[in-house]
Amino acid sequence: MGKPVAVFLLLEMLYAKISPCKERGSKRRFIMLNIQTPLFEARDIRLGPIDYEKDPEVESRWTHDSEFMRLMELKPVRPLAPAMVKKGYKALEKEIEEDKNLFYFTIRAQEDDRLLGKAVLEWIDWANGNGYLRMGIGSGGDRGQGLGTQALGLLLRFAFAELSLYRVTVVMPEYCQAGIALARKFGFVEEVRRRKAVLRDGQEYDLLVFGLLNSEWTQAGSPE
Amino acid sequence: MEDLFTGKLVRLAGVDPDEVSKSFAQWSRDSEFMRLLDTDPPRLRSSRSIKEWIEKDFEDNKDMYWFAIRALEDDRLLGDITLSVVDWGSRNTFMGIGIGAREFWGKGYGTDAIELLLRYAFTELNLRRVSLNVFEFNERAIRSYEKVGFRLEGRERQVMQREGRRWDIIDMGILREEWMENYGYNISDL
Repeated sequence: MGKPVAVFLLLEMLYAKISPCKERGSKRRFIMLNIQTPLFEARDIRLGPIDYEKDPEVESRWTHDSEFMRLMELKPVRPLAPAMVKKGYKALEKEIEEDKNLFYFTIRAQEDDRLLGKAVLEWIDWANGNGYLRMGIGSGGDRGQGLGTQALGLLLRFAFAELSLYRVTVVMPEYCQAGIALARKFGFVEEVRRRKAVLRDGQEYDLLVFGLLNSEWTQAGSPE
Repeated sequence: MEDLFTGKLVRLAGVDPDEVSKSFAQWSRDSEFMRLLDTDPPRLRSSRSIKEWIEKDFEDNKDMYWFAIRALEDDRLLGDITLSVVDWGSRNTFMGIGIGAREFWGKGYGTDAIELLLRYAFTELNLRRVSLNVFEFNERAIRSYEKVGFRLEGRERQVMQREGRRWDIIDMGILREEWMENYGYNISDL
């Protein structure tokens, strides 16, 4: 007789979960979409659009920081003038419009909306539910304060709860230690090690591919 | 100096967009070929649309080396093979191959083309490594890649969905020094 009791308890738990969404006085028992959960807001940061007036100047400064650029890019890095950054934004928004497989967010400060970094989901393969993630906090002074953790939390929630992707992939050279630690914190699994795929300062580094499945993300919950 | 473009069974030749687009329009009607080739759901495109795509690809991707594979015996077009330089700074590349004509599957033609491509990659482009992706259900390709010296570097879990289940993508790579050792080259030869 143990089983029916267990089932009854489970039903009661389900009912408890459902009931807050139930309309008062009605008999409706479906789970409502939690539409009040903000997709783009975290404690200290928010995801926002590109600001064509203010952002080129800031991002141009980042491109002159070779250490940051070597964490973000595999191609040889090059400094870009603000005008060229702006041109890049236009090309990017055109690509988003045409290909429909790219989501681009700026990471901005809650307090004054200044640009802190970028968070991108790209090369989305809709048929297979697969996307690549790229993220960076541009200025050294803004790093190490948990802003990246908040941004990645939002970006993964967007990828899995809004886009319903099956999995998300991140590719990073083995020297990106902060990025690797952050990915591991969210449960990303190291899947591939492309041996010596990166050559910098005469040193050979492995290129790592990390993957996180929607099911793993759901089970673990956000580390926040 | 060696003839870079002639192997034991095949030769690497220039891509004629008109000829390749006509052949590809035929090959793409074989869904098995298409599902081994790409994660995208297969499309049946006209040879005209394929030709435009090939011409645009040549225009846009200056860092892609693209060859037609032809049988030595009768010069028949069997498929194509590409090498895309991911970045010149690290001299890392991705290769891809498709043998469209079924009669040539599993007989060493693809393997021969890959050996030519690797020699081109390491002795002409002076690359440091060649990478590739292959679907876990493409056992024939995996055997061929292992034969020419590619090593398993990992599996991207459940990247694809086909026939109601998820499948891994397998990542393989070969380094310049491994290739030289396999084929009996010394550093001083190159």
